[in-house]
Amino acid sequence: MNEDRFRAAVAAGVLAAEGQHRALLRSIVEVARSMFAAAASSIVLLDEETDELVFEAVAGEGEDTLLGQRFPSSKGISGWVLNTRQPLVIDDVSHDPRHARDVAEQTGYVPEGLMAVPLLHEERALGVLSVLDRQTAFSLAEMDLLGMFANQAAIALDLLLRARRAKSALDGAGPDAARVAAVAAALDALEGERRDAGRRLLSALEDVLRH
Amino acid sequence: MAEAAAKRDPNPIPAWSLPAGQVDRIALPSEWPERVTRAWALDGSTGDGVRVCILDSGVEAGHELVGAVDGAVAVSIGEDGEPVVDEDVEGDLCGHGTACAGIVRELAPDARVFSVRVLGAGFTGTGTVLLAGLRWAVDQGFDVINMSLSTTKRNFAEILHELADRAYFRRTVVVASAHNMPVESYPWRFSSVISVGSHEQPDPLVYFYNPNPPVEFFARGVGVEVAWLGGSRIRATGNSFATPHMTGICALILSKHPELTPFQLKSVLYLTADNVGGRE
Repeated sequence: MNEDRFRAAVAAGVLAAEGQHRALLRSIVEVARSMFAAAASSIVLLDEETDELVFEAVAGEGEDTLLGQRFPSSKGISGWVLNTRQPLVIDDVSHDPRHARDVAEQTGYVPEGLMAVPLLHEERALGVLSVLDRQTAFSLAEMDLLGMFANQAAIALDLLLRARRAKSALDGAGPDAARVAAVAAALDALEGERRDAGRRLLSALEDVLRH
Repeated sequence: MAEAAAKRDPNPIPAWSLPAGQVDRIALPSEWPERVTRAWALDGSTGDGVRVCILDSGVEAGHELVGAVDGAVAVSIGEDGEPVVDEDVEGDLCGHGTACAGIVRELAPDARVFSVRVLGAGFTGTGTVLLAGLRWAVDQGFDVINMSLSTTKRNFAEILHELADRAYFRRTVVVASAHNMPVESYPWRFSSVISVGSHEQPDPLVYFYNPNPPVEFFARGVGVEVAWLGGSRIRATGNSFATPHMTGICALILSKHPELTPFQLKSVLYLTADNVGGRE
């Protein structure tokens, strides 16, 4: 396997992972929408560089227009949920004039009710899962269910972020990384004793470089 | 205040040990009823004289469910990277702080309400701003601080813990929202604060002691009509709404029994909880 093909193979693996994770996020919002018989469900992700929230997955109302849209990370109900790490359920959010105006500008759809829960992975707040206009009656058990669901979504989101970082590192890798990839590709092409010898040589080289 | 009084006293009460001749000097009022009941704890109280701080998204002053706000500051990150506390001219940026203030006002109509806004300056600095806001509030000597929020950052936990203990020993009660999700978050897990989860009953004065901590009390948190932005009202659910119910109840008790320390207040809350039989 030559250097370019090796790099392409790694990149293809990373890209495929991102595609699969997107499908997983999409599946989570679809199931959340279905579980609560809701008009829509969405996941927004925190972009730490710009301090904004970005729509990563949408099912139902707004799915054609919202993906990729951004808004400030401390704004409105999603911003509050992200910053305070506390879930929130509001039954008649259309009474909030500021929220109604902001949401209408983005989507043309103003929900009556929403449930929003933070996506927390280890120490980090990654984003917010929202369920809009559910048809089911509300209870604390429902809130716990949403919390468990959010935990699953947070793990998927963490994997997606790792895949993106890996791709970014690969795209931005300099000539040294390219040479390491070339050596790895050369080793990969060897068989039998020559491969074992190559591994011993690399181990020795690693020792020299580390000390 | 206690520190200032101690400085003026030429013969202060010993703080670190208790010599035999000093025992009489720490005699405390012993007018405890035979049985501590809800009636003894808060009947007739309106929260008068108690200063409540809402550490949240700001408060919309003048909302009909909130009324006057006695003071409002906002914490942000200054140009030098350090947090700064300024007068808040923007009010509530979300609606949640106004909701909390309205709940406290419903229960304790004569309590004085102050707002410390620790949200709205972007996500990145939230932890730093939260710590600075809590430190400022503790330094002000508020009687009760409502914290319907939490952080998952472990490097903030130690400082939060110190601030929570400092509040506890300075007679400032910190009431904090618990999490109903499987995450490690703070400050509600600290034993020096009063942590609150939700029950589903509609009575704002119903509260339960939880014999299975770390969540210590359950208060009304489901389907609560609350004040929101622009003079509006919405129906909302979450531990973040149960917390100001407990804050309001603390204000009522402290107004009637201002001598109570946070330790004693928590004991009174326990004894008067609906599942402990103190409501009669």
